[in-house]
Amino acid sequence: MTSRPETGTRVVVVGFGPAAHRLIENLARRGFPGRITVFGEEPRPAYDRVALTSYLQGRSAEDLTCPVPDGVTLRLGRRVAGIDRVNRTVVTDAGQAEPYDVLVLATGSAPFVPPVPGRDLPGCFVYRTIDDLDAIREAAGRAGSGVVVGGGLLGLEAADALRGLGLGTHIVEMGDRLMPRQVDEGGGAVLRGHVEALGLTVHTGTGVRAIEPGPDGRAARLVTSQGGAIEAGVVVFSAGIRPRDELARHCGLDVGERGGIVVDAGMRTSDEHVYAVGECALAGGIVYGLAGPCFTQAEVAADRIMGGTASFEGADVSTRLKLLGVEVAQFGAMSGALDVTYLDPVAGVYKKLFVSDDAMTLLGGICVGDATPYDTLLPFVGKALPGSPSDLLFPGAGATIEVPDDAQVCSCNNVSKGRVRTAVAEAGLTDVQGVKDCTRAGTTCGSCVPMLRRILAESGVDVGRGLCEHFALSRAELFEIVLVRGITTFSRLVAEHGTGRGCDVCKPVVASILASLGNGHILDGEQAALQDTNDHFLANIQKNGTYSVVPRVPGGEITPDKLIVIGEVARDFGLYTKITGGQRIDLLGARVEQLPAVWARLVAAGFESGHAYGKALRTVKSCVGSTWCRYGVQDSAGLAVALELRYRGLRSPHKLKAAVSGCARECAEARSKDFGIIATERGWNLYVGGNGGFTPRHADLLVADLPADELVRVIDRFLMFYVRTADRLQRTSAWIEGLEGGLDHLRAVVLDDSLGICADLEAQMERHVASYVDEWRAAIEDPDKLRRFVSFVNAPGTPDPSIVFETERDQIRPVPVVLEGVRV
Amino acid sequence: MTTPAETHATAENGTWTRVCRHADLTAERGVAALVGRHQVAVFLTFDGGLYALGNRDPYSGAHVMSRGIVGTRNGEPCVASPMHKQVFSLVTGACVDDPAVVVPTYPIRVNDETVEVSVA
Repeated sequence: MTSRPETGTRVVVVGFGPAAHRLIENLARRGFPGRITVFGEEPRPAYDRVALTSYLQGRSAEDLTCPVPDGVTLRLGRRVAGIDRVNRTVVTDAGQAEPYDVLVLATGSAPFVPPVPGRDLPGCFVYRTIDDLDAIREAAGRAGSGVVVGGGLLGLEAADALRGLGLGTHIVEMGDRLMPRQVDEGGGAVLRGHVEALGLTVHTGTGVRAIEPGPDGRAARLVTSQGGAIEAGVVVFSAGIRPRDELARHCGLDVGERGGIVVDAGMRTSDEHVYAVGECALAGGIVYGLAGPCFTQAEVAADRIMGGTASFEGADVSTRLKLLGVEVAQFGAMSGALDVTYLDPVAGVYKKLFVSDDAMTLLGGICVGDATPYDTLLPFVGKALPGSPSDLLFPGAGATIEVPDDAQVCSCNNVSKGRVRTAVAEAGLTDVQGVKDCTRAGTTCGSCVPMLRRILAESGVDVGRGLCEHFALSRAELFEIVLVRGITTFSRLVAEHGTGRGCDVCKPVVASILASLGNGHILDGEQAALQDTNDHFLANIQKNGTYSVVPRVPGGEITPDKLIVIGEVARDFGLYTKITGGQRIDLLGARVEQLPAVWARLVAAGFESGHAYGKALRTVKSCVGSTWCRYGVQDSAGLAVALELRYRGLRSPHKLKAAVSGCARECAEARSKDFGIIATERGWNLYVGGNGGFTPRHADLLVADLPADELVRVIDRFLMFYVRTADRLQRTSAWIEGLEGGLDHLRAVVLDDSLGICADLEAQMERHVASYVDEWRAAIEDPDKLRRFVSFVNAPGTPDPSIVFETERDQIRPVPVVLEGVRV
Repeated sequence: MTTPAETHATAENGTWTRVCRHADLTAERGVAALVGRHQVAVFLTFDGGLYALGNRDPYSGAHVMSRGIVGTRNGEPCVASPMHKQVFSLVTGACVDDPAVVVPTYPIRVNDETVEVSVA
């Protein structure tokens, strides 16, 4: 078919979906002189399958139907049963024959239904046609819940539809994440958070064993590969598609090993009179399941039929869509030599760029929750990056990419960059909230907030949230980077996401993040160089350069024998002792070279580090509780000991203090703590965000009357959410006050799992608990760690001569230092 | 506190004192050494640079500079006092935020894998 078609040329199209429609529409528009006959097995003409879900939201089938060009003969509700290539005739299942000069196969695909028992029960569906949707809608009327098998793009569409029909909706996905073909693990986690926040239940890593009927013989539950059961009166299979190539197979056309009718670049099959387009075609070894490439194939085939030479050279499968209200985009490659990630778990935004090994060329990207990089960067795929990768993802850091004024920055509210810029200039806005109030940008899904921040920065507003000159990122952002990228060293982090070699601000932050995520002993390898002096010597520095020692006394409960050991150690090393506010004993005045010997004695007696030196859990203070107290209603001391042992060693943005009171009289002062627990007749009340210090604050009631096991679960979540998202040196009180949505938001996250991260938070805490080791015991058993505990590297036995004590109230005290000529 | 003579001491005026093996140093951490009556803080930076400062923190009077966090300020190697976090240049000994306050710097070298400092 290299010459123009003659009058009377007969084109027969088998299948009438969007690709077939595009083909005949194209032929008609170009004045095809022959006859066109289309066989469709559905009773209606082609319709917009991409917008299928809108049918359930009220659009009529007519609305969705594509207009049929004049002069095309439609044979609808007919199924083609065979192709006679010798006589160039197709035959329908009713025995009608239709001769052709050119045959186009556009038979599309069929949803893959895994061969599980019960898959044919009434109540089981696929999600492909308007008839399918009618049947699902009918079945939904008598079901309370539904399950979608498959968490890909179409599966989420189907889930959205079930949710729209008022069903409690589950998604079962064999892979480890939703939309595995569009997003990676990190993006999948964020996407899952969004989906779960809508009330859908996601089961990843889960297959289907069977669909079981209820007493009425209809599908009643899905049995998972793990043997669990999901009650569901509606089951929708959406686990991928299979090209419908049976006709081609039966008439001897070449098909791919895994299905699909083999075509050349002109969309021609192994028979020169037969073309194949759309989801049934295997073009360049690929079956395309997206509308865009299928349309291109149809246009190429139409051009060839018209005597042209167009060819299909493969297609960009970049995707940008909004499913369940969540923007998801994927463009270019899904891997690369280097990648850079931005993750905001609070806003639910995940963005990742893949770049070449020299970080100069953009290879591709993944976006969840905010597809702005797709819009700005798609034109740059395969080309030089318009800025450094991190700048492109972290717009606040001074991105260099030029976004024009007419570009839409907030798609929810249709606000352009120019509008925001003008508002910032004219109203003198100084922060994101101002921009939101003034323009409505960022008020709906919030995904453009980083862009708003960037526009503010471009307008000369200081929106600095960077940690220090070495990192233009907040602590929470660094935490997510370290978590998602699996970074274990400061060197890698600063090389990839920062500049210079760090300082006393960022290094302890990174040390804390690494410790929160469990990277071994804090003095292991390079980590040792990140530690503040207190963590470096596992003790608290005092004004004369000596250190204090605080053994852990869980819950403030201590045996007489242990009390005696503390007394003996203090006496033998000449230390000053004082009872602390956290119900333990501080031993002060130890020189750095004395610390190992002091701790050898303490460890031998069963003591361990109290982490008084760390931004970490300090103590869980308690009253004696119901065991002794005539007013107590619960065993507060027992709970305090258990909690202190559970959370000991947990590194956090700032110190963490806790207390447990055994009754409402509150003798343990729990409401002044980061987390405080007060016993009730029915269980425990949990208060969070209390503080003493500069700005005293009573803790807020988070949740009431919990049994102990649930209480622990909520505290796990609360602490890990704080550890992940708080700023450097931000106590829980300021953190809660700074949370957008405040205490209600915190409740939603840790009680209702609104971000879908609770399982992660709990798992992270479990890892912490399981990996805890006493830092001091590990130090005194490791000669390499002990090397640092010397007064002078060249005179390890000589005490620092400048450290001198005098006596006051029968104990030592440092001799005051005279500072000459120094402005303090 | 400090005098120019101390700050700009050169090896010609003094003798080299062996302090430790180079292998005893940890990148981006310091050690304290006793050289005569002087306490010296010796630092090894990430790029292999060696620096020697007075170990006394002029703001607190405690001899603790060797225990500070080593990093950079605008690319210049620095150490932060562990007491109240004032940052000092390892090159000049000057406090970055208060250049009038200076700790002494001392010549330092590696001789046959041994670190030596010179305190006049």
